[in-house]
Amino acid sequence: MSAALLIDILLWGSVLGVGLIAFRRGPPVFKASLREGSMDFINIVPRIALGVIGSGYIAAIIPQEVITGWLGPDSGWLGVATAVLAGAATPGGPVIGFSIGTVALKSGGGVPQVVAYVVAWALFAFQRVILWEIPFMPARFVWFRCAVSVPFPFVAAAIAMLIGKP
Amino acid sequence: MRKPIGWSTIIIAILVAVSAVLVWRRDGADGVLDILTHDLSLFGGILPRVLAGCLLGAFISEILPHEKVSRSLGPKSGLMGLLIGTAFGAILPGGPFTAYPVASALLAVGADFGATIAMVVSWTLIGYGRAVAWEIPIMGTDFTLWRIVISLPLPVLAGALGRFVYVRLYPKPLAKDDEN
Repeated sequence: MSAALLIDILLWGSVLGVGLIAFRRGPPVFKASLREGSMDFINIVPRIALGVIGSGYIAAIIPQEVITGWLGPDSGWLGVATAVLAGAATPGGPVIGFSIGTVALKSGGGVPQVVAYVVAWALFAFQRVILWEIPFMPARFVWFRCAVSVPFPFVAAAIAMLIGKP
Repeated sequence: MRKPIGWSTIIIAILVAVSAVLVWRRDGADGVLDILTHDLSLFGGILPRVLAGCLLGAFISEILPHEKVSRSLGPKSGLMGLLIGTAFGAILPGGPFTAYPVASALLAVGADFGATIAMVVSWTLIGYGRAVAWEIPIMGTDFTLWRIVISLPLPVLAGALGRFVYVRLYPKPLAKDDEN
């Protein structure tokens, strides 16, 4: 069984589960949330479309070499700072992000810098923010969440420097 | 959830338009079309999951007891609320199409920004889904586990910082969370 199929089964299984709970609260509750969910879907589709199609273009103008270049053997806090920027600017999904991290580790990138890169990618990767977080969440929350998350790739790098290599 | 068009959407649209023009100048109309067809098929593929995510969010916000949520995840939930948010984010199955609708539903039924930030950050940093599917195969088990251990305190810290800043930025609770 493929991972995608497993995810879909899990996902629709959860929908069915919570739907059943709602249904047992009474058909009006069920119908109201069904309508609410469908309306959300209709509202979100244009934003997701913009996110998917748009991030393809944004990704196309960011050359991957630039990202890898930012993760060179450059050490110290300047290296951490560029790693954070690289994490946020990395186009594409997890395969690209983690592959860039691996390449950086193998080609002499510092461990704290690579940790900062992976953490920054998880927190800020622009494609996930544009494609998923902004369409689904209140925009004010998203900007706020990103702003207060800024220190944490640096905190992760500092912890990595303190406790040493894996 | 939100108005269909807001400032964020407009900014993104401008960014996209500029990028598309740059792609067109570099690769011509073929380059623009290639990306469009590729991304349209991607879009078609994720639509069912988006629908599932929306339904999940709607059902959850309907069946969750509002008072309980605002007590355990609300502005006055303290460290415990941040820990609950973190634990919830870490065990939440699925991908972005489950995490963000669920986070949005929690926000709607009484969780505050702090606890919701803890949940989202925990999902992205210590959630097992991406680690098992992508990080361990690509970066190796040692690096991944070590990176997760380093990340363990971050969701609670991010949630605490969020709460700290939020009450100073918005001393009075806003009537409606929406785009601005």
